[in-house]
Amino acid sequence: MKERLVQLDVFRYNPDTDTAGHYQHYEVVCQDEWVVLDALNKIKETIDPTLNYRWSCHMAVCGSCGMMINGEPKLSCHTFLRDYAGVIRVEPLTHFPVERDLVTAPDDFIEKLKRVKPYLIPKEPKPISEGEYLQTPAQLKKYHRFTLCINCMLCYAACPEYGLTPKFIGPAAISLAHRYNQDSRDGGRDERQEIIASKEGVWECTFVGACSEVCPAHVDPAGALQQVKIASSIDWFKEHLLPGGGK
Amino acid sequence: MAKSNKPIIWFPFAAGGTVIAFFIPVIVLLTLLAALGHVPAGLSYDSLRALAACGLGKLLIFGVIALSLWSSAHRLRCTCYDFGLRADTLVANVLYLAAAAGSIATAVYLLRI
Repeated sequence: MKERLVQLDVFRYNPDTDTAGHYQHYEVVCQDEWVVLDALNKIKETIDPTLNYRWSCHMAVCGSCGMMINGEPKLSCHTFLRDYAGVIRVEPLTHFPVERDLVTAPDDFIEKLKRVKPYLIPKEPKPISEGEYLQTPAQLKKYHRFTLCINCMLCYAACPEYGLTPKFIGPAAISLAHRYNQDSRDGGRDERQEIIASKEGVWECTFVGACSEVCPAHVDPAGALQQVKIASSIDWFKEHLLPGGGK
Repeated sequence: MAKSNKPIIWFPFAAGGTVIAFFIPVIVLLTLLAALGHVPAGLSYDSLRALAACGLGKLLIFGVIALSLWSSAHRLRCTCYDFGLRADTLVANVLYLAAAAGSIATAVYLLRI
């Protein structure tokens, strides 16, 4: 198997001893088909056991190994070393506070995710004895793409609006709200609209589109947000121009 | 949390974006053809003037120009914001007033035809 010496500049920060972060240079022999996460694992196992980063599945499903690789938000388990020449710069996801080394605090995203109620809110309670909620393939197709989100937060690191306006609810949370709004079994749209049609919601988005470019699950959050804008605009015109608010 | 009134701005912006995507490339091409001296028969000065003279034609021309101006003003405002120009109210007022002035001028010219 082909091997090569890979050089990485990895961001290091220890909150107990450091006042600011710095970069540490590592050189490690890697196999050609390895990903950046493999290189980090080898560094941790053979060179420096103090290096901190999050990972779990190693197959682009869990969404925990997001980091900036040469300045771009990427899943490190999905980023092949063979695609990079020279020194690879590895940093924690931008726009999130750094806890230690490559580990960031996701609290802001989790809090926003909770606010948009990303779960089914049935139109009417239905006892189990009445059977399951049925759905046609066409109804499933309307929202299926938006179910693929793995909450990796790469879209938040890519979004310049989130960087400028941290109150912005952001791409993944609004896309997930849209996923449930589009679900034929759901009746919670009015509750979610109160959050996502607010100033801090979808209207902070200026359609840069970087979220969709970096999304490893091809959710197309930018597309979801434009659909939310159209639906929220129709709501607004109904509420303000039709008698009785269009209800 | 109150719902935003942004749709008043965004909806004409989106409509203008669609208009720009469909109409402006065609207008650029036709203008280029005209500049090179190849004016298609249906687009001669007299027939275009006749279009601008009828009510529906005026509405169409006004719609294309006003929506395009509004959309461009809003896009420029967002671009300024993205580039870190934080005086958003000032930028918005200047750009929207420019778009409104262009729209009013269009209406005045069209009504004089």
